[in-house]
Amino acid sequence: MKVFNNKGDKSTKIGFGEGLLSAGSRNKNLVALGADITSSVGMNIFTERYPERFFSLGIAEQNCVGVAAGLALAGKIPVFSTYGVFAALRTTDQIRISVCYNNLHVIIGGAHAGISVGPDGATHQALEDIAVMRVLPNMTVLSPCDAIQTKLAVEAAVEKLNSPVYIRFGREPVPNFTDENMEFNIGKSQLLHPGSDITIFSTGHLTWHTLQAAYLLEKQNISARVINIHTIKPIDEQAIVKAAKETGAILTAEEHQIFGGFGSAVAEVVVKNYPVPMDFIGMNDNFGESGKPDELMKKYGMTYENIISKAKDLLKRKK
Amino acid sequence: MKKIEELTFISRQIRIDVVKSLAEAGSGHLGASLGLADVFTVLYFSVLNHRPDKPLWEDRDRLILSIGHVAPVLYAALANAGYFPKQELMTLRKLGSRLQGHPGRDHGLPGIELSAGSLGQGLSVAVGMALAAKMDKKLWKVFCINGDGEMQEGSIWEAAMSAAYYKLDNLTTIVDRNKVQIDGENSDVMEIEPLVDKWKSFGWDVLLCNGNDVSKLLKVFSKAKSLSGKPKVIIAETLMGKGVKTIENNYKWHGKVPAKEDVYDFIKQINNAYNF
Ligand SMILES: Cc1ncc(C[n+]2csc(CCOP(=O)(O)OP(=O)(O)O)c2C)c(N)n1
Ligand SMILES: [Mg+2]
Repeated sequence: MKVFNNKGDKSTKIGFGEGLLSAGSRNKNLVALGADITSSVGMNIFTERYPERFFSLGIAEQNCVGVAAGLALAGKIPVFSTYGVFAALRTTDQIRISVCYNNLHVIIGGAHAGISVGPDGATHQALEDIAVMRVLPNMTVLSPCDAIQTKLAVEAAVEKLNSPVYIRFGREPVPNFTDENMEFNIGKSQLLHPGSDITIFSTGHLTWHTLQAAYLLEKQNISARVINIHTIKPIDEQAIVKAAKETGAILTAEEHQIFGGFGSAVAEVVVKNYPVPMDFIGMNDNFGESGKPDELMKKYGMTYENIISKAKDLLKRKK
Repeated sequence: MKKIEELTFISRQIRIDVVKSLAEAGSGHLGASLGLADVFTVLYFSVLNHRPDKPLWEDRDRLILSIGHVAPVLYAALANAGYFPKQELMTLRKLGSRLQGHPGRDHGLPGIELSAGSLGQGLSVAVGMALAAKMDKKLWKVFCINGDGEMQEGSIWEAAMSAAYYKLDNLTTIVDRNKVQIDGENSDVMEIEPLVDKWKSFGWDVLLCNGNDVSKLLKVFSKAKSLSGKPKVIIAETLMGKGVKTIENNYKWHGKVPAKEDVYDFIKQINNAYNF
């Protein structure tokens, strides 16, 4: 079985920008909307190359979403991005009605996902965006695991869909370990590591941690299946039900609130089809705070060590 | 009321504290924190009716910081006013600190009225406080600090409309008019002019002032105090990075901090600016 190696740390926001550039070079209808933080969300790679397809709208996120809806109705493919807290939450009603209810091909990029945003603190750490975006009808929610995959996610969002998409990505450089040739099919999960004792479903930055956890568990004779879920909605029900049946225990890992998030999405499938013991790695109903990214991941229990210990606890509950 | 020389001395100290705490933190927003040092000095050492030894004193004037990213200048002003020990400034943005990257009320730092950091929310909160004071016939006042880039948020104008409708003359907001924001000049990101006319047309008394001149700020606040019947906005013209010549008026310093080895030079520049 393939062992994934870190090809070098890279921020997923760079992948976002690269995806915009490549998709935008193939499709002249792609336009970008900025809300005063174009470079810290990675969009500058596109806007510098295609300034005539960039509209600066100021610090006015709600207006950005409405304008995006209008552009989409008139035949453009608008991409709007700012920090996830504002992209998804400041604008929720506009996304719900103007974008989702109209079922428009608007792409929303939520940057600065999770607590690894670090010293800016609670206000800037997006920990509720998955929950809010995935509950909206017509919305597709993508949460790629590294920079390469973020690029593929943007390309797929532009080229494979004709409906609303939310793409979540982070700020800190993280291990880049997938490769460009790995297929990115919206709605399809990725088996990264085989296993039979337990399945760990992970999304976003925590997928790297999850792989490390599985490699270490293997040394302790625990066989953990690792499945990367880059599409939180629509979720890959088949893979989840299969994992429940074959491994009998499921752990989920996300850099997001446990309530209503990715783990909840997996649990909805498990409970309905084949209930097995489950547990969740994520933020436990708290706001974040200032600190270094790794300190915060540790403090709030979102590292490979926490994955290992929760996996072991979960195994004890297996019938 | 303190003399102008005293206030000038304090504003210099606040600038130095801002530079030191941000360099130690390694991240944060230096530009507007320096630009607002004079406004914060005048507020905390002359205008506000407050008691640093009794932060929750019921009759205190309230200062709502809407632009949470300039937390470092708020913290430096509070520490210099005696709300907490000055050495705590060096914990800024560190794990477990009461000095969060953006102010967080539940972290227990005395003097913090509101958790903030999402732009465009503070003025609405200030309106709510001012309404409550009017209901209860209280004499305390509400002050708010807004940014000029922040004027682009629609919610600012919702708040403005409501404050005028309820004739909240116990509310004064200060707009930090440094003409820049993250992506560049305000006018290159999204034009906000004519700003004076906008506020006037929303029913506010509008005062313009050099926001980096302590004596002019004293005068404008006393003028604002004398006006009644409408909410008041002071458009304080400042320079991003004011006091450190080499970075002044450069939008790239919105969210940057000095390297530790540059602290000495930055402080030297500040002292030079004050002929100190
Ligand atoms: C709702 C919201 N959108 C975006 C941001 C990110 N942000 C923080 S400060 C800032 C620029 C604010 O401009 P201005 O008010 O002029 O402050 P200055 O750059 O002068 O410090 C932006 C866009 C935010 N904090 N909140
Ligand atoms: Mg400004």
